[in-house]
Amino acid sequence: MKTLEELAQLREQMKAKMAIRTEEGKLRVVVGMATCGIAAGARPVLNTLAEEVSKENLTDKVSVSQTGCIGICQFEPVVEVFDGDSKVTYVKMNPDKAKRVVAEHLKGGKVVQEYTIGSSNV
Amino acid sequence: MIRSHVMICGGTGCTASGSKTLQTTLQKALEEKGLQDEIRIVETGCFGLCALGPIMIIYPEGVFYSNVQASDIPEIVEEHLLKGRIVQRLVHTDETTEELVTSLGDTSFYKIQKRVALRNCGVINPENIDEYIAQDGYAALAKVLTTMTPEDVIQTLLDSGLRGRGGAGFPTGLKWKFARGYENEQKYVCCNADEGDPGAFMDRSVLEGDPHAVLEAMTIAGYTIGANQGYIYVRAEYPIAVKRLRIAIDQAREYGLLGNNILGTGFKFDIDLRLGAGAFVCGEETALMTSIEGNRGEPRPRPPFPAERGLFQKPSILNNVETYANIPQIILNGAEWFASMGTEKSKGTKVFALGGKIKHTGLVEVPMGTTLRQIVEEVGGGIPNGKKFKAAQTGGPSGGCIPAEHFDVPVDYEHLAALGSIVGSGGMIIMDEDNCMVDIAKFFLEFTVDESCGKCTPCRIGTRRMLEILTKITEGNGTMEDLDKLEELCVFVKENSLCGLGQTAPNPVLSTLRYFRDEYIAHIVDKRCPAGVCKSLLRFVIDPDKCKGCTACARKCPVNAITGSVKQPHVIDTAKCIKCGSCIETCKFGAISKK
Repeated sequence: MKTLEELAQLREQMKAKMAIRTEEGKLRVVVGMATCGIAAGARPVLNTLAEEVSKENLTDKVSVSQTGCIGICQFEPVVEVFDGDSKVTYVKMNPDKAKRVVAEHLKGGKVVQEYTIGSSNV
Repeated sequence: MIRSHVMICGGTGCTASGSKTLQTTLQKALEEKGLQDEIRIVETGCFGLCALGPIMIIYPEGVFYSNVQASDIPEIVEEHLLKGRIVQRLVHTDETTEELVTSLGDTSFYKIQKRVALRNCGVINPENIDEYIAQDGYAALAKVLTTMTPEDVIQTLLDSGLRGRGGAGFPTGLKWKFARGYENEQKYVCCNADEGDPGAFMDRSVLEGDPHAVLEAMTIAGYTIGANQGYIYVRAEYPIAVKRLRIAIDQAREYGLLGNNILGTGFKFDIDLRLGAGAFVCGEETALMTSIEGNRGEPRPRPPFPAERGLFQKPSILNNVETYANIPQIILNGAEWFASMGTEKSKGTKVFALGGKIKHTGLVEVPMGTTLRQIVEEVGGGIPNGKKFKAAQTGGPSGGCIPAEHFDVPVDYEHLAALGSIVGSGGMIIMDEDNCMVDIAKFFLEFTVDESCGKCTPCRIGTRRMLEILTKITEGNGTMEDLDKLEELCVFVKENSLCGLGQTAPNPVLSTLRYFRDEYIAHIVDKRCPAGVCKSLLRFVIDPDKCKGCTACARKCPVNAITGSVKQPHVIDTAKCIKCGSCIETCKFGAISKK
């Protein structure tokens, strides 16, 4: 590294990678990872979410983590998005659906209604 | 794709309590579960809560686990990392509020702390320069090299009110201004990492947790005073600090942040390490420089001060590790920000190493002016086993004691000096009613007698004579005249020693004499040690009302000093008794006590 620009560039790059270590003011995406969730395929969903969030440079705005059984095992894999006190529950998720949630909800701010628990499609 | 960071403390404290094994066990467990590409292990510097080590924090949840053992790893991996269920039994219980706290920032230990010098300790991987850069590392250096003149830097430091954190409290900006003022083609920037006070580990933790902060600040110092070479004088007994400094220097060179043409500005600066062999006197600035030069570490008279003729007879500055760690933050956030913390004359924060009779042994950083009571009770969690606070010893062998009646003193340079103690480098040893103050004074004096370099007579012989008097008192052979002689010697050694070591060596004696004279008198007149510490003055006695005559103690006594018949009260022959204390441990009725 030789210049100030390179230093600034590296700083931005690394900040995104370390954003995982701050908790405040973020959208919190939680994947149900109890036995039922894992059996229904929650792990690829979790990994896709983490990957896409990083790809879209959202790591400083979104945290992805797991949780235990929510109690609706028939709807697993379940993904919940917390924004302050409000929450959206996505059910019967898969990696493709996860990609759409990242692009439309987490990035675009628009809930993907057809995947939510209230939708008739599930 | 990494979805979780597991921070494991790799500071000296947690390394000693087994964090290395923890790390390798976790690595293996992650590989077994196929999680190694999702979860990253980050070895960090000290979090400060050494008493609860090994410490682990898991992000993105920010869950704080304490006293983690290798046997806990399978559960952490299976439950937390795989299923996202927090392992409640490893979550720290706050002793002050008796609540489970999952986040480190919520512990009463952290609540009133303000971390400036320690801001990256426990947050970044100290062996990775990229993580330091992400935390605005080297941004202060870039700002200085491109937008500030050396005079600007000096003015900023003067305005900030930063004073030397090694103990003397000299204004850092002024020190740099003097060194800049002396014309010379060769000048030096030195860093004092020869931390020697018993029980002090502030600088050690900064070096282990955030080595780049020191390198960055030294480079800024080089630009400011006009030097192109820096030396860090660090103890060889700090192997982790030395290793991480070496890695940091190599990384900085590789990135062009040390060496020729730093950040393309044409400024040239490099840093080398010099390992000290552990002589306490080498923490004194002229002795330290003499040692870097390759000579026996002995102080030389001042003036000339190092700013004029220091290392290799060239204009030099020497600052302490913690002082340096503050500087990049002052440059980035401004002098006003720093000056807004602390008291009128003592600005900013101070790191203390809490030790002794305290629940949370560890490292804390609080704004100057925080009261001693807050540090001990809120941050430190108070005195264990329901005992009472008796005194705090600050400043190590150069400092003094603050007794309980001054528990609410704001801790800063001026207030502690007024009480006859010093802030010092930041060692803070807490004592309860079981500590004998004469014994404490003797302990510190033994240390200075050992560490006196022997160059000047007042220190070499004076401190030894003082120790002899103290030993005489603790053995019950002292007289009231000894007390006068001791005080007289204290004043003489203080006024006539060549360097800071001797000039401050009498402080522990003077301050205990000032606040605990009655304890000295009890040793001399009553031949009694009120705290029950000084062995020669102890007498073990059996309370005849409590003794059931069970003979257990008599059978346990290694020298057959206890006699008596079955079911009759026993007695101890004090002439035979060796005061080993095994009878007290054996007695089921609490009938034996030390008097």
